[in-house]
Amino acid sequence: MVSSPSGATAPTAAIVMPSAFPVTAPGTQGDRLIEIAGVEKVFGDPNTGHRALEAINISIMEKEFFTLLGPSGCGKTTLLRMIAGFENPTTGEIRLHGKDVAALPPRERPVNMVFQNYALFPHLTVYQNVAFGLEMLNWKKADITARVDEMLSLVKLSQFRGRKPTQLSGGQQQRVALARALAPRPQVLLLDEPLSALDLKLRKEMQFELKRLQRETGITFVLVTHDQEEALAMSDRLAVMNTGRVQQVGTPEEVYDQPRNRFVADFIGEANLIHGATLGRNADVMVAVRPERIELTMPGFQPRIRGVVEAATFLGSDTLLEIRAGEDRLRARIRGAVRLEPGTNVGLSWPDDAERLLAD
Amino acid sequence: MSAATNASHAIHAKSAEAKRRRRRPFDWRHNPGFGPFTLLVMLFLYTPLVVLVIFAFNANRLVTIWSGFSFKWFVSVANNGDIRHAAYISVLVGVLATICSTAIAIAAALGFERGGWFRGRGSAIGLVTMPLVVPEIVTAITTLIFFSAIGFHSGVLNLVIAHTVFCIPFAMLPIQARLNTLGAGYEEAARDLYGSEWRIFLRITLPLMSPGIMAGAILAFVTSLDDFLISFMVSSAGSTTLPVYVYGMMRLGVTPEVNAISAVLLVISAALALVAFIISRPSEAATAAAAGTPQTAATL
Repeated sequence: MVSSPSGATAPTAAIVMPSAFPVTAPGTQGDRLIEIAGVEKVFGDPNTGHRALEAINISIMEKEFFTLLGPSGCGKTTLLRMIAGFENPTTGEIRLHGKDVAALPPRERPVNMVFQNYALFPHLTVYQNVAFGLEMLNWKKADITARVDEMLSLVKLSQFRGRKPTQLSGGQQQRVALARALAPRPQVLLLDEPLSALDLKLRKEMQFELKRLQRETGITFVLVTHDQEEALAMSDRLAVMNTGRVQQVGTPEEVYDQPRNRFVADFIGEANLIHGATLGRNADVMVAVRPERIELTMPGFQPRIRGVVEAATFLGSDTLLEIRAGEDRLRARIRGAVRLEPGTNVGLSWPDDAERLLAD
Repeated sequence: MSAATNASHAIHAKSAEAKRRRRRPFDWRHNPGFGPFTLLVMLFLYTPLVVLVIFAFNANRLVTIWSGFSFKWFVSVANNGDIRHAAYISVLVGVLATICSTAIAIAAALGFERGGWFRGRGSAIGLVTMPLVVPEIVTAITTLIFFSAIGFHSGVLNLVIAHTVFCIPFAMLPIQARLNTLGAGYEEAARDLYGSEWRIFLRITLPLMSPGIMAGAILAFVTSLDDFLISFMVSSAGSTTLPVYVYGMMRLGVTPEVNAISAVLLVISAALALVAFIISRPSEAATAAAAGTPQTAATL
C-alpha cells in the first residue's frame, strides 16, 4: 500500500477530475451509477464464518438519495463500507459507472464518506480538514482555497475556518464532515448514521440540510440509518435490510404501502398482522393493514372482521383503539374522538387497497 | 440582599451535605486514617531524598555530620574530569539509545496497533516487552556473554546497543497506548480522502501520536540514564556511565561528592518528568474532548 505520493494519487485524479466539471455533467437522473451485483460477505472462515451479507443486488441511480435501512447488525454498514472500499466482498461485484471497483482501495474510488463520529482530524483546523482531500489529490493551492471557501459557505461555517474541531458543537462538526467529504467533488457521498449523535431538534434540521445539500450539489447520496422515519422522510428510494439480506427496494411510498414481507411491514411504520384464518381466508398467509387505514364499519354494512374493544386512547387528532379479534390483536387509528367503552363489540373495515397479503 | 446571601449559603451547605452523603461505598478517600497513612508513606518515600540533598550542601568532609552550608562539593564534582567524562558518556548513550529505541518502538507500536491481526501478534508483544519482566541481572549477564562471544568490543557502541534493547519496551508502551486510544478512524478517513499511506502517516498518524512519542522517548532516556546493572557489565574502561562511576566512588568510601551528583541527577529527572507532564497535558485535554470522535466503524 505504501507508494510514492505522486504515483499513488495519479489514478485517483484521473477518475475524480471529470466530476470537477460542473456537477451536472456526469449523467442525468435515471442512469445507473452504482450496481451491487451478487455481493456476499463472510467474516472469518468462508464456510463457518459470520455471513454478514448474502446475495445483495441493488442498483443506485445517478443523483439519487438512496438509503440502506435496517436494524443494527443487518449488514447495512458493511455494505456501505464496501462501496467506500474499506471492506472487500467475498463474492460479487460492485460497479461504478459499469466498471468493477470491488478490488480498488478507497483512495482510487471517487467516493467520499461522512463517518458516524465524523473522524475530523483533531490537530487540524476546520479549513485544513476540508482542504485535506484536495491536498491529497494535489490540487493547486489557489484552487484549494477557492474550493474550501465555497464548501464552508455551503455549510454556513465560513466564520469558523480557523477553529479546531473540538471547539465546535456536534452539529457544526457534522457540517465540517460534510464539507470535507463533498470538497473533492465525489460521484457518491456515503453517510454512515450521520445524524445519530445529534439531539432530536438538530437531527430534524440536519435532515433538511442534507436534502438541500443533495439538491444543490446533484451528487448521489447513500445513507445508512436504522431510523425508519428518517429514511422515509429523506430518501428517493430505500433498501430495507435484515439479517444480511435485502428485504425490499423501492420508493418510501412503495415500501410503506406495499411491504413485500412481514419484516418490512412491521419495521416500516406500524402494521397489524392478521392471520388469514381470522379473516376466513387461507391460513398460510398474513394480512397486513396499517392502523390508520382501519375504519369502524358503518351500520348496515358487512364488516371484514369483528372484535372486542380492549382500550381506547384519545390522542387529539385521532383515537387509538386496541381491539381483540380471535387470536389477533389489532390497533386502529380512528379520526377524531370515539367514545367506546372496553368490552364493546365493533366491526372493522378497510378498503381493498389497504391490505397486503404476505406469505412470509 | 443579606437574606438572599443567607439563602444561597444554606443551599450551598445543603448541596455539600448531599455530596458527602452521596459518596460511593468504597470511596477510599474517605476511609478513616487515610490522611495520616498518606503522610507516613510520603515521609518514607521522600525523607531519604531530602536528607541526601541537604547533605550535598554540607561543608564537612564526613557525610553524616553537618558543619555548615557550602557549594564546594558541587564545585568539586564540576572540576572532576572523570565525573564529567562519565556524565558525558551517560548523556551520549542516553540520547543515542533513546533515538534508536524510540524509532524501533514507533515501528513496533504501528505494527501491533495498525497492522491488523497476524499470527503470533500476542507473542510478539510479549517478546518486545520481555525486558520489563526479565530480571535485569539476567539481561546484563546474557548481554555481556553475547558481546564476548561475538567478540564485539566497541566501548560506547556496546552500551548504546544494550541500552537500546532494554529501552524499547519503555518507549513503546506509551506510543502503543496512544495509538490504541486514537483508534484507526482518522487514518480510515484520510484513506477515504485519497491519502497515500506515507502521506497519511506524515500528516495524520505522526502528529496524533506525537504526545505518546514524547512520553516514550523521555521514559526511555530516564531509564537509560538510571541504568546501573547492564551498564556495569557492558561498560569498559573509557566508557563508564555516571551510575557505574558513582558506584566505583562509593567503594572507596562515601563522600559528599556522591550526594552532589545524586542531587544533580534528581533535579534533572524531576525536570524531565515536569517537561513530559507539560507536553502531554494540553493534548490530553484535546483527546478527552474528542473522546467520542475516533473509533472505527467496526459495528455492522
